[in-house]
Amino acid sequence: MIFGQKTNSIRRRLIVQLSLIAAILSFAFYLIVRVVAETAATETQDNILAASATSIADALYSERGLVNLELPYSALSMLGSISQDRVFYRIIVDGETLTGYGDLPQPASPIAADPVFSTFVFRGEEVRSVAITRPVSSGGQAVNTTTIVAQTRLGLATISSRISATAAAVGFGFFLFAIGLSLLAAQSALSPLRRMTQSIQRRGPHDLSPVKAALPSELVPLVGALNNFMNRLRSSLAQSEDFVAEAAHRVRTPLAIVRTRAEIALRGMEKPSDKKALREMIRAVDESSRSAGQLLDHAMVTFRTDNLLAKNFDLGELTRDTCEHLSPTAGLKDISLLLEIPDKPYPFVGDPILLQNALRNILDNAIKYSPADSEIIIKLTRDKTTEISFGDQGRGFGAADLGGLTKRFSRGENVADIVGSGLGLTIADVVARAHQGHILIRSNPEGSGACVSLILP
Amino acid sequence: MRFAYFALSLFFAMLMPLRLAAFEIEDSIFYPATDGLVTLQIISTADANVFEPIILEFQQNNPTINIQYVIASSTELMKAIHEEAAVFDLAISSAMDLQTKLANDGFAQTYTSNATETLPGWAIWRDQIFAFTQEPAVLIISDAAFAGMTPPETREDLISLLRDNPEIFDGRIGTYDVRISGAGYLFATQDSRNSDSYWRLTEVMGRLNAQLYGGSGDMIRDVASGELALAYNVVGSYASSRLAEFPDLRIVRFSDYVNVMLRTALIPKNAENPVEAGLMIDFLAELNQRPELTELTSLPPINPAQLRENSAARPIRLGPGLLVFLDRLKKQNFLKNWVSSMEQE
Repeated sequence: MIFGQKTNSIRRRLIVQLSLIAAILSFAFYLIVRVVAETAATETQDNILAASATSIADALYSERGLVNLELPYSALSMLGSISQDRVFYRIIVDGETLTGYGDLPQPASPIAADPVFSTFVFRGEEVRSVAITRPVSSGGQAVNTTTIVAQTRLGLATISSRISATAAAVGFGFFLFAIGLSLLAAQSALSPLRRMTQSIQRRGPHDLSPVKAALPSELVPLVGALNNFMNRLRSSLAQSEDFVAEAAHRVRTPLAIVRTRAEIALRGMEKPSDKKALREMIRAVDESSRSAGQLLDHAMVTFRTDNLLAKNFDLGELTRDTCEHLSPTAGLKDISLLLEIPDKPYPFVGDPILLQNALRNILDNAIKYSPADSEIIIKLTRDKTTEISFGDQGRGFGAADLGGLTKRFSRGENVADIVGSGLGLTIADVVARAHQGHILIRSNPEGSGACVSLILP
Repeated sequence: MRFAYFALSLFFAMLMPLRLAAFEIEDSIFYPATDGLVTLQIISTADANVFEPIILEFQQNNPTINIQYVIASSTELMKAIHEEAAVFDLAISSAMDLQTKLANDGFAQTYTSNATETLPGWAIWRDQIFAFTQEPAVLIISDAAFAGMTPPETREDLISLLRDNPEIFDGRIGTYDVRISGAGYLFATQDSRNSDSYWRLTEVMGRLNAQLYGGSGDMIRDVASGELALAYNVVGSYASSRLAEFPDLRIVRFSDYVNVMLRTALIPKNAENPVEAGLMIDFLAELNQRPELTELTSLPPINPAQLRENSAARPIRLGPGLLVFLDRLKKQNFLKNWVSSMEQE
């Protein structure tokens, strides 16, 4: 299980596998160098031995019917020049030892045109030997002579151990270097993955657009699947928004009919209890109609923030329009809207329809929660940021979590007696964020009630 | 110097009942140490009076080591170790060829120490043979005999000189009898390798009835006495040690080439005290740090700088090349040629 977790990292797996490959290659390198070096050293020794034996064989001559030898000084001294190895030689004529070490063994196949090399132990040490067989004319007839030269392999062992040590050091160095390179390779191979992760992490919470960055071909299927998934998610979200909007739209028309009928019925009613019941019914229908309107607003806002307009308009005018639009509703409750908007232009770039929607929802909320015969003060100020605040004289927010009020379908704690959907502030918040602004909710600094501000950059 | 060896071998037989001393020795001297615990058995070709200062100084530094110093000729030394497996801890010989053969044939032990590592490459072979002196082969002349003549500088000069003045040199030339002297054979074979003039020189000396000697000492004595006009291939260190004694003696170093013989030591395979033998080898390898011993023994220690200064000096190379002249046929042919050159009618 631990092992499984370990290999879960592609990077670690890459490094481990590359290191393993490097280790195998380094070891193979070491073995190959060793074998090649030893072969080369053996060949060198063989060549010198053969040269030595040849020069001895060349020095064989016949004198008065007997084979004689003038052993050349260089024949043995050349063997001493490459290493400090022990040297043995033996000259056999017609099966009899002419001179040299009589116990030096003969090769198994004594008759051969080419030098015969062999390795054996002689006088307690491993020796390499060469034997050259050739006829020498003696007393009118050819006699067979065999020249054997042998040398211990101390020098060879020294050379091969030195080469082995060098090969081992180089192999190890190569291994370390390869590990370093595999770290870099793993890093670079995984960097597109890291870049992609970062670019997805940097996205906003509603950004479901496809990933379009340049990608290595191996990641294309994964990103394709991800894009596909996001596409489905987006269309499914859009579908449900559409569904809600459609549902709200369809509910509103029958509700309007029900309200008209109820009002007509109210005029014909005599009994106060019946009148009261009908009035309550009308109020409930009003609230339902308003909620449906807000749902429609929300769907519209969601749609428009995805493709935000950038239009130049005047914020002051927009605010005044919105207030004027809602003043009949305020009038019903004898609420006066006091505008404190300086008479100068407040140019702004954004989506005026969205912003008007946001302002209308905030003001609508304020009217709804204000007591009859009270005031709502609407202020527009601009220094670094632009703030449009709506201060009412209502009951305020009590102990509610102020930040949580902008969540969808979330309502204050002290509003149980008032019908509401909890969508108003959410809509305002979505619009504010789409314009890089936010909603500020606090208790009214000027007396009782609440103050909701839309703050824009 | 040659003593009857019978009594001595009897003495040895009593000392070491198992040893069969079939080889011939010249002398055996026991040097007790102050706190002697072990006895280092040395077999050597060097005379006791030459080597004694080294032994005494060594024992000063190693007061627990007694030394049995056995003197034998180089061929007897070879016989003792190669054929008879006599037990010695150290074999010291001037016969480089025989020492090389001992090591080549597996009769020597490998030994390494800080001291042996300071030796130059040509003074060591297989970490088994260690040279501790460099002794040139020189010509010694009698000033009286050479009155009015320029001493020769090269072998060619010597040949012309001998040819031009037979009346002075007839019967008054000394050289080694290479048939009986190991050092003489070594010098002669190296000469034959180094230069073609050697055989002509031998013939000229033979024609002038050269006297043949078994050792350098007798040649020096006879040149000093005026009996000989010159002696060829004398071990230089012996000659220099006698210069004060014989003012008439002069040493000539040839400028064509000078063979330099290396006196070497090795630890035989069957040594009983190899550790103490190693101490002695270290001591010998560092002889160049003891000028007082050089003075006492006249043995010139290993000194590569001195060889570099004298470009004619050629240290005889240790190694398998030396085995060539030990080859039965090679030696037979060489001696045959030498005899026919030296003893012409």
